[in-house]
Amino acid sequence: MIEVKNLHKSFGQEEILKGINTEFYKGKTNLIIGQSGAGKTVFLKCLLGLFEPTDGTIEYNGKAYSSLDNETQRDLRQKMGMVFQGGALFDSMTIAENVMFPLRMFTKQKKSEMMDRVQEVLQRVNLENVNHKFPSEISGGMQKRVSIARAIVNRPEYLFCDEPNSGLDPKTAILIDNLIQEITKEYDITTVINTHDMNSVLEIGENIVYLKDGNLAWNGSKDEIYKSEDKSLTDFVYSSELFKKVRKAQLKGI
Amino acid sequence: MKYLHDIGEYFIMLKKVFGRMTKPSVLRGLIFKEVDDLIISSLGIVIFISFFIGGVVTIQTALNLNNPLIPKSLIAFTARQSIILEFSPTFISIIMAGKVGSNITSSIGTMRVMEQIDALEVMGINSANYLIFPKIIAMLLYPFVIAISMFVGIAGAYAAGVLGGFVPGEQFLNGLQNDFIDFHLIYAFIKTFVFAIILSTIPAYHGYYMRGGALEVGKASTTAFVWTSVVLIITNYVLTQLLLS
Repeated sequence: MIEVKNLHKSFGQEEILKGINTEFYKGKTNLIIGQSGAGKTVFLKCLLGLFEPTDGTIEYNGKAYSSLDNETQRDLRQKMGMVFQGGALFDSMTIAENVMFPLRMFTKQKKSEMMDRVQEVLQRVNLENVNHKFPSEISGGMQKRVSIARAIVNRPEYLFCDEPNSGLDPKTAILIDNLIQEITKEYDITTVINTHDMNSVLEIGENIVYLKDGNLAWNGSKDEIYKSEDKSLTDFVYSSELFKKVRKAQLKGI
Repeated sequence: MKYLHDIGEYFIMLKKVFGRMTKPSVLRGLIFKEVDDLIISSLGIVIFISFFIGGVVTIQTALNLNNPLIPKSLIAFTARQSIILEFSPTFISIIMAGKVGSNITSSIGTMRVMEQIDALEVMGINSANYLIFPKIIAMLLYPFVIAISMFVGIAGAYAAGVLGGFVPGEQFLNGLQNDFIDFHLIYAFIKTFVFAIILSTIPAYHGYYMRGGALEVGKASTTAFVWTSVVLIITNYVLTQLLLS
């Protein structure tokens, strides 16, 4: 579980995050949503330890990140997996080498053991016969799946995803969403997804954190969104005609 | 103020480079790859340029020595001194600032744009050490490149001078050995060693701290080349003043 307490983050005079208090639960798909410029990426980077908060604390299983010594911070980071928006796969490495990378860096396993694990996770994300290909030789959807495989290969406790289905067609986007949710349950990990894809919100949003202008504007599940009367939230989530109809249908119990 | 900020940031980066080390078995592979990318792949252009510049220096010297009282062996002496003291260590380094420097800036800058450096940091890897340290170690072989450049430059001088009919072979070899001062070679290799550090770290700084997209990668490569050249020229002056005067 991740607990965020009074999180502030400023760049110079500009305050991006203005005192966020929330929790992200283990075994659930936790979503951060909000309009562009709401502070989602900064929030995610604070959770990842890439940005140091100006004020407030982030606790991982009860331990504040800022209070940990360098060694423990590093150990904690090795328990984090990250799926970047663009995949962030290493261009000079093959798919198998990309997925194997965290194992090479942090374990003393034999190459054959590492290869077995690589095969296992690649099969888990439904990828076969791509071991010797380079990232530029596979599609965007496949790159996302490789990125997920790399994120889970070292059995993380926390999985972070930055807009995992951006740039994907609707069908592949749903596949990626479902894959992340399945992995979250299967590995019993704390998953935090940064997204503004409303399909994802209504499909896999078990705990949704809605940010507006750097503040936590709403917190709840996808079922609670349907009933919410919070105008800024409903304006954001149901901005399209399709989602307005979905909401009406949900409220009528259709 | 921005220059001071950049200089400070450069030294912070260097501290990070020599901070927490990457796993030795991984580092070994990275160093071999960088030796191939930065050193071995540069040999062709260095040999080509050195040979022809050696020849040009000889021809120009020969054409300017019209006085019959000046011995022809002075042509070889001048070519040797020019190549060892200045052409090979400095001129080749400026060419390498373009070739190796832009390679370093663009490769690290692209990794920054594609969030690959963030990916390394999230995994708990010291990205500066992982990316820059192998390049610095690989560039420690740079003096060998310059030694080859000196040898080929003198070979080019011999080819142009003797085969071109400007100086007899025996006189050329005599001139080559005349008044040879060992310390000139030591001076050249001290310069080369310092230049190797500059050539690997300044372009790395421009790539590592770049912000933006593909366009900025190009701009960063250009800026890195300009600043690397400027620092090389200033360092060349300072080292020459310190070591030779």
